[in-house]
Amino acid sequence: MTESVETSALTPLPGTAGQTGTVVRSHILKRLFKNPLGIIAVGILLTMSLLAVFADVLAPFEENFANISKTLADPDGVNILGTDSAGRDVWSRLLFGARLTLLSALLCAGVAIGIGLPAGLIAGYYAGKFEAMSNWVVSILMSLPGLIVLLTIRAAFGPSVWIAMIAFGILISPSYFRLTRTTVQSVRNELYVDAARVSGLSDLSIITRHIFSVVRAPIIIQTAAIAGVAIAIQSGLEFLGLGDPSKASWGVMLSEGFKNVYLKPQLLFWPAFAMALTIGGLVLLGNAIRDALEDSEKIKHRKKPVVKGTTAAPAKTRAERRSVAAVDVGTEHHLLKVTNLGVGYPQADGSVKKVVDDVSFYVDRGEILGIVGESGSGKSQTAFSILGLLPDNARIVAGSIQFDGNYTVAPGDERVNQGRLSKLRGKRISYIPQEPMSNLDPAFTIGYQLVTPMVRVLGISKAEATKRAMKLLSDVGIVNPKRTFDAYPHEVSGGMAQRVLIAGAISCEPDLVIADEPTTALDVTVQADVLDLIRELQIRLNIGVVLVTHNFGVVADLCDRVVVMQNGRLIEEGPVRDILRNPQETYTQTLLGSMLEGKEPMTMLVSSSPKGAAS
Amino acid sequence: MTASAGPVSGSAASGGGAQIRAELLRVDNLVVEYPGKGFRAKPFRALTAINISIGQGETLGLVGESGSGKTTLGRAVLGLAPVTGGKIIFEGNDISRASRKQRRVLSRDLQVVFQDPYTSLNPALEIGDILAEPLGVQGKSPAEAKKRVRELLDQVGLPSDAIHRLPREFSGGQRQRVAIARALALSPKLIVCDEPVSALDLSTQARVLDLFLQIQKDTGVSYLFVSHDLDVVRHISHRVAVMYQGEIVEQGPADFVTSTPGHPYTQRLLLASPVPDPDRQEKRRADRHRLLEVQRMQNEQAGVLA
Repeated sequence: MTESVETSALTPLPGTAGQTGTVVRSHILKRLFKNPLGIIAVGILLTMSLLAVFADVLAPFEENFANISKTLADPDGVNILGTDSAGRDVWSRLLFGARLTLLSALLCAGVAIGIGLPAGLIAGYYAGKFEAMSNWVVSILMSLPGLIVLLTIRAAFGPSVWIAMIAFGILISPSYFRLTRTTVQSVRNELYVDAARVSGLSDLSIITRHIFSVVRAPIIIQTAAIAGVAIAIQSGLEFLGLGDPSKASWGVMLSEGFKNVYLKPQLLFWPAFAMALTIGGLVLLGNAIRDALEDSEKIKHRKKPVVKGTTAAPAKTRAERRSVAAVDVGTEHHLLKVTNLGVGYPQADGSVKKVVDDVSFYVDRGEILGIVGESGSGKSQTAFSILGLLPDNARIVAGSIQFDGNYTVAPGDERVNQGRLSKLRGKRISYIPQEPMSNLDPAFTIGYQLVTPMVRVLGISKAEATKRAMKLLSDVGIVNPKRTFDAYPHEVSGGMAQRVLIAGAISCEPDLVIADEPTTALDVTVQADVLDLIRELQIRLNIGVVLVTHNFGVVADLCDRVVVMQNGRLIEEGPVRDILRNPQETYTQTLLGSMLEGKEPMTMLVSSSPKGAAS
Repeated sequence: MTASAGPVSGSAASGGGAQIRAELLRVDNLVVEYPGKGFRAKPFRALTAINISIGQGETLGLVGESGSGKTTLGRAVLGLAPVTGGKIIFEGNDISRASRKQRRVLSRDLQVVFQDPYTSLNPALEIGDILAEPLGVQGKSPAEAKKRVRELLDQVGLPSDAIHRLPREFSGGQRQRVAIARALALSPKLIVCDEPVSALDLSTQARVLDLFLQIQKDTGVSYLFVSHDLDVVRHISHRVAVMYQGEIVEQGPADFVTSTPGHPYTQRLLLASPVPDPDRQEKRRADRHRLLEVQRMQNEQAGVLA
């Protein structure tokens, strides 16, 4: 939640979010070890590596020491896993095999990283010719049939594991290249990279300091997967009999065991088991690292359905029972009435974090109510609870909301009554969002996005809806409605897109419009036009409007009444002239005092000295 | 307009009006073009024949709507946008085509504060490392750098334990203070401020503007202050330049441009910004409608004549 970060803006500095002291990256390691899968994976891989490293000490026999008199023997005190067809000790060969197999997997990943990572960094950071060229090379490498190339190399250079793995590393390096390049491209134009450039950092230090850190984690995850693939490919080649028979490796053992599968199936089992364990360990490790890197918040979300299951069921029946309950006598004439509303988010520790607390107000027909506050004041959360668009994990912890004489949130309800609200939403209550561009689907024309809801909500024919959409577009001041109707969202400007959304909001003749910072993303000159439009429509259609904003100029321009919110609470309420000219509460006074209009230029606004001021 | 500088405080203004200020930055006939998309496409001209100058200890406010090129001008001065034609002269040297090496020397005198305090700080680095970065580039020892970082945190009003914290632990306003501290690290002569308060809350914006003013008072630094908000620009600038579609349509002393605008766009801009009083806003709204009507008729007449 941004709320938690932003509310800290209003508290004094020493109490701000987070604790003092060093925040180290060991967080990731710690989280990795909290995950049972992570512990298992690390355990397996660590054991395998230790066995491989100390193979010389642990193995009772040389890898190729053959006791001809004791072939295909069962496990006993000397050969704890038995012997193979040549009388070699399976346990010893398994240990030496681990060394060869793991080393070759490392070599393969190393070669792939060595080629793919630098090339990806350079291509992603500089783009241009190098990128074009390397994309060609990558496409060629990826279109080569890998197995055939490996077979050819084997034919040309003999049965060396190392050469095969180097070749495979080169073949697989495009996956690192692409991963790195895409990741780098996504941060190349970040402002902090620009800031580093302005600071005079060389490209090399920018890449190592600012860019490499972004690539590191995906590379580690990728490597876990690639190492697994390398083991599988190498063993596959050896299983086909293309390995070096003079060296013990799991693949060679597998091939051996397969020849004697009817006589001694265990010979097949042990190398297969070792491989499955190692590859599985690598995959699990990759998953565990990815989980550890994900925000802790996501883990919380996963826990939430459990809470929901236990509490939602009784709440729902209660909601259904109460939704028929009549609203308080004498308040039916209000178009919208919010009474003692509280909205909270259950936290992992069982407490509920309130973002809206004891908020009450009403809106009548033909009236514009402004909700003013800074970020984190809960103004948007209030608007969303009226619309019933709160996130799934949000709870109505107190209060009620009634619309036109009926409860949408009855007293005691835990969530918004969606059944009741979905009939109202779009038809009688509509919404004008803050970001016009992100609220239009780029894949559909503007006309389609206007017509579809009208056909659905009003039940009119498509032709009729089209005619209506044209009229609406010209109503909201679009000079050439036909052209806008046929355009895709990216073909119109931000101001135009906002006009389209306003047209959409009034298309089904609503009684109430919720406008959430409708002009914040627009230029000042465009803002003035959009405000004119909202005012004109509001008067003509006699609708009620809830206008959420942080701009007192917008409030003065449109609103009849104002409520001021801070930290989820309602601070002050009254007619617009009273609030703007004669604010009673210090917070409102501070906010109004921060306005620049009418201030002597070049003077301090809030403090004689900014030191110690929290912002 | 002799009172162009207004009631400026601090050392830089002690000499008198803006006319006496030694020139720090001059931009002559600057043109910036971006290559067009596709084969033999016409390049996109972001800036056309820009002329501005900034004196020592002076703030030039650059105002315009989105897409007007005001950010591009700031980036061109910083060497982050390609200069197609014209000159950028900083302390007598042409820096429009400065090499990486020259830029490194320049970074001592020329710094930046970006708009978005959320993406302008590397989320993986501690505040102390972020602030020490420009110091390290200039060859300061770690001990010296650490001392300077403490001074900087104090200067921008952040607690000294912020050194070991990550950007995400701070609110928007505090992050912007960190970004300002980074810009101040090398005691630059000019800071390009690219919409530094647009992403902030109203009361936070006021405090950060105070900080900018205080720093100018204390250090005599110059600002190229880019903003879309005329009120912000008027508050902080000695002189104001108005940009419209890649050109500067009007520039002059701040109080003059913002009280008696000459260019039609500036007039529209001035009346479009709402005032926090219903009755005065109603009047301004009426003025604006009248102005739009007059300008529309003028355009029509011009169209008839042409």
